[in-house]
Amino acid sequence: MIEKPRYLIAGDRALVVEFGDQIDPATNARVRRLDQLLESHPIEGVLETVPTFRSLLVVYDPLFIRFDDLVLKLEELESEPAEPRDPKQTVIIPTVYGGDFGPDIHFVARHNQISVDEVIRLHTSREYLVYMIGFTPGFPYLGGLPRTIAAPRLQTPRTKVPAGSVGIAGEQTGIYPTESPGGWQLIGRTPLKLFDPNKKNPVLLVPGDRVRFEPIDERKFMELVRL
Amino acid sequence: MTTMKVLSPGMMTTIQDLGRFGYQRLGIAPAGAMDTYSLRLANLLAGNQPGAACLEITLLGPQLEFTGPAGIALTGADLTPQLNGKPIEMWATVTVSKGDVLGFGTARSGCRAYLACGGGIDVRPVLGSRATLTRAGLGGTQGRPLAMGDEIRIGPVAAPAPVIRAPSVYRREYAGRFTARIIPGPQDDFFAPETLALFASSAFTVRKESDRMGVRLAGPRLVHRKGPDIVSDALVLGSIQVPGDGYPIVMAADRPTTGGYPKIGTVITPDMDGLGQLRPGDEVRFAAVSLEQADRIYRHYVTTFTRFPAGGT
Repeated sequence: MIEKPRYLIAGDRALVVEFGDQIDPATNARVRRLDQLLESHPIEGVLETVPTFRSLLVVYDPLFIRFDDLVLKLEELESEPAEPRDPKQTVIIPTVYGGDFGPDIHFVARHNQISVDEVIRLHTSREYLVYMIGFTPGFPYLGGLPRTIAAPRLQTPRTKVPAGSVGIAGEQTGIYPTESPGGWQLIGRTPLKLFDPNKKNPVLLVPGDRVRFEPIDERKFMELVRL
Repeated sequence: MTTMKVLSPGMMTTIQDLGRFGYQRLGIAPAGAMDTYSLRLANLLAGNQPGAACLEITLLGPQLEFTGPAGIALTGADLTPQLNGKPIEMWATVTVSKGDVLGFGTARSGCRAYLACGGGIDVRPVLGSRATLTRAGLGGTQGRPLAMGDEIRIGPVAAPAPVIRAPSVYRREYAGRFTARIIPGPQDDFFAPETLALFASSAFTVRKESDRMGVRLAGPRLVHRKGPDIVSDALVLGSIQVPGDGYPIVMAADRPTTGGYPKIGTVITPDMDGLGQLRPGDEVRFAAVSLEQADRIYRHYVTTFTRFPAGGT
């Protein structure tokens, strides 16, 4: 039996539909399903939604709709029979591993008592699910990292992480779209632009996307940067 | 076309409007004015739409030279505004001419002043807004605060704005002490009843690390019942996050869009304006209201701007 979500008050203009308190694909699929239903069946007064690991934030205009009425409408939507529509494509992320591009790859290897090559092999062996975008513009939180390359965050976060850096934090992996501070262990870097405010779709990845990393060398990196 | 030449930029002067909405799902914070009440009033006084772009001026003001005529208005913090060295009235339309220099003196009260220019500020909107989000290098003047030598273009106007003085009920004063009304939750159940009582009854002090991302507070430590970590979820304007050290942070315009700490409450939208005027060392208290009360306050707040007497006094 599937549990009913909780509807939590998040201030005078937002509510949170909470489907669980764990990171797992099934919970995240319910978040994305409701988000998509809201897109295809808009509710008047709903201004924007923010899908996260295990909950959906719904921002609304209280002049148009009250909390109780919005909850009723969301409950109705939530009971619709529909599967989440996920993009069929998998986005390939070409990545240079190690060296200056991934200064923490040796730490990740040592921490897990495996070789650097094994870290690369394991990191590129899977397809990852984009659970959510958060923290900074376009930053994808990717789930499904092999436990054997998990690593704790840095003791002291870096003040500057270069754009495109691929990192590991716990059992998550992610990509820094812009230069920013950051505490993840950096294992590589991609030349892909994950955030471009001048594009109609300013971010490369959205929740529900699948991602696969592909190792490239520095020459290929420079080639792709120039594109 | 009139421009403002930046002779000196001040401590932290940015172009802001009401913010960039609809992109939080992509990790992009709305940004926008920290005190949207003052921004709206400045615009109404300058003859603009209430959400037009203004300069948000923090504590130490800039020096700006006008290359032509303009109708301007200053609201928010009293940073002793002067035109060519002579004090000018705040919360009123002021007419400036070619060569006039707007400067500021001591910061008398409040933290952020808003300068509206009739015609608005003519910078290219990015993702639907002119608001500067420095953290992402987005909007405003190339995503950064004003710098010396910048030339800020003022938009065209059909006719000069009539001179209006805001009636006194519309003018705000900042005493360095503020009670923010909150709605408890969404994670108030992470705290024991004694901790919630402590939160409700204590005075907190604004820490100097506060910025446009969040108002960071010091005071009694709010200890979590079962540890400070939650699976990250979305933050809204006014979310009060309590990290591991137990000192609450009220998330503001430039907040990260998601966070991993329990949120003990959410400041109601109209009271974020007052929080945006607090300086390091100022005092904040929190008072819980029901959603019904918050709804009434919000409705009243919104009509403030539609009722504003455009004819003035």
